[in-house]
Amino acid sequence: MNDAQTIAVEVVGIEQVTPLIKHFKLAPVGGGLLPVFSGGSHIIVVMQAKDRVHKNPYSLLGSPSQLTTYEIGVRRMEESRGGSHFMHDAVKLGSRLEIAHPVNLFGLDKIARKHVLIAGGIGITPILAQLEDLHGGGVPYELHYSVRSAEHAAFLERLRRREGARLHIYYDSDGQLIPFEPLLAAQPLGTHVYVCGPAGMIKHVIGTAQASGWPDSHIHWEQFSAPPVGDAFEVFLARSKISVHVPPDQSLLESIEAAGVEVPYLCRGGVCGFCHTRVLELDGELMHNDHFLSNADKANAKNIMPCVSRARCKRLVLDL
Amino acid sequence: MSAVFKPHETFRDDFSYRNSPQAIRRFPLPFAEDAYMYSVNIEPHLPGPPGSVTEFAFDVDEHYVAECRERAIVLAAEPLRYQALPHMMSSQWDCLELIMESLAKDYPAHFSLSRQGNRWHWINRPLEIDQQFTFGDAATLPREPLDYITRQAQGDFVVMDQREGDLWCEAGMVTTQADWSLDFDIGMTFKEWHGPVPLAHELQVFDRALKFLLNLRLGSPVRRLNWTMTVHPRLDTSPENYPHWGPDRAMVTPQNAGDLVHLRVELQGLWRLPRSNAIVFGIRCYLISLRELATVPKWARRVHRVLRDLHPALIDYKGLTRYRDAAIAWLAPFDDGAPTTPGTAPE
Repeated sequence: MNDAQTIAVEVVGIEQVTPLIKHFKLAPVGGGLLPVFSGGSHIIVVMQAKDRVHKNPYSLLGSPSQLTTYEIGVRRMEESRGGSHFMHDAVKLGSRLEIAHPVNLFGLDKIARKHVLIAGGIGITPILAQLEDLHGGGVPYELHYSVRSAEHAAFLERLRRREGARLHIYYDSDGQLIPFEPLLAAQPLGTHVYVCGPAGMIKHVIGTAQASGWPDSHIHWEQFSAPPVGDAFEVFLARSKISVHVPPDQSLLESIEAAGVEVPYLCRGGVCGFCHTRVLELDGELMHNDHFLSNADKANAKNIMPCVSRARCKRLVLDL
Repeated sequence: MSAVFKPHETFRDDFSYRNSPQAIRRFPLPFAEDAYMYSVNIEPHLPGPPGSVTEFAFDVDEHYVAECRERAIVLAAEPLRYQALPHMMSSQWDCLELIMESLAKDYPAHFSLSRQGNRWHWINRPLEIDQQFTFGDAATLPREPLDYITRQAQGDFVVMDQREGDLWCEAGMVTTQADWSLDFDIGMTFKEWHGPVPLAHELQVFDRALKFLLNLRLGSPVRRLNWTMTVHPRLDTSPENYPHWGPDRAMVTPQNAGDLVHLRVELQGLWRLPRSNAIVFGIRCYLISLRELATVPKWARRVHRVLRDLHPALIDYKGLTRYRDAAIAWLAPFDDGAPTTPGTAPE
């Protein structure tokens, strides 16, 4: 939880890199350098829309050693609750935004003997910065990047120029698929795989790697879930002694924050576990959308990650 | 605090280390009440009041020059007190940057750092060091970056790599430790490293601490206090040198405890490092004799009660078994039974 330590930035570059993805460059207001970060890090971007505040995680895609600007790529989400549309439609050159310090939940393993990086679509963004960390490091790596079609291949020129033969590109439109089974079966011991992309791709890579005998410790993935829309519901916060209405297009965490109650968070995407909250009473069911709780924890309905999860219930009481 | 350095005091042989009255008043007493038990007592490492040990990220006090000399003596005899595994090089540079930037900003009279791209110029006036080097190129420093900078800092440092949902103790400079060994622990996970600590595992202290630290944020360091006791103001109470200090514990009597027995407090700070995503764990040791402590009446009462009522497992783990009774006896005349005010302030 770090709103006290946000950094004020100004948008100094906007480029439409594919029909759906915009590339933003953010510089600190007043000049100077932004904090050093490591490849795979994300920032929370705080957007002051007219009637509400959006806080979305975006991976840093620029070089960790180039700190006059941070670069992010924002895909326009079809079922957006507003954050990505705000970035695409309302943010212009010169717009001011607030960002939190970088957090890395998708770092490279420093004792890996080889790295295999797999990206699907917008999932290329954290991997771009990981590649910067790998340059000149002496550890072999390869990149497999899958896109819908040529016009959707964001940052392809940058990748071709820097990665050369290490880059393998696959176009769905041409029926090209990443050959996951042979790719993962053929890697030397000590290889780590990193995947970022659509949920189905991540699930498939994890399953294929496990079936090929990979240890879980060598399989890395990141997927920020956007909080899904759902039915409205009411929640009672036991320690704060207030009732909060959660509308369909606002997350539980956002609604609690809007009511003036602070909840610690890091990723706002169901990954880090920081906003973990105890459920004290429930008459109904929880709609878990996070990647943090175990299936057993999800089943016992005693815990919830309010950043992405909701409830369909008559009554919900949280330990907040 | 604008400390006057005492470059000739010693932490061995004649043990000439003493605290000035100012150093006593700012001593970080770890007991906020008259009893002690483990807790996850982690708080943000925010600047404390002017003059306090937490005013700055790294406290430089009157013992700075002498402690750096003591570290050099230990390293000359036992070079393995400093170790770093090969994959920890980016974290070494992170540590060097953190310490140099902090010292230069907080103590401009003593340290300065100028940076022009990767060309850095570091000046440490108390130790008479003037070094130009290329950040990121270890060949331009006389030693590895972590070795180089922690020889110019008070307290021990351990760098933990983060992977597989754990923290691995994989680099460090450890010469002022309370009976643990970097050479033994290097390569261990967080819970392996803390294995010997009694009770805390049952209290799930390490589960919670690990979970917390895995999410430690850049720019949001945290700290906690820990404590034990040491006979003589000896910084290097290492397992390697147990034959030199272990027998001291049999010398303590109710008559000499005031001068021999020292409360040993560790100000532990934890910082997320930016390039490596590792965490550096600073363990800064403060020593105060019971006689110095007793110049503050509240502290004498409180430490007397804490020692008297300490959990048996902690007495043993902290190595106090042989001399706790003598220390309690020495402190007893200072404890009139009056209540103490909450908090750790002198009064």
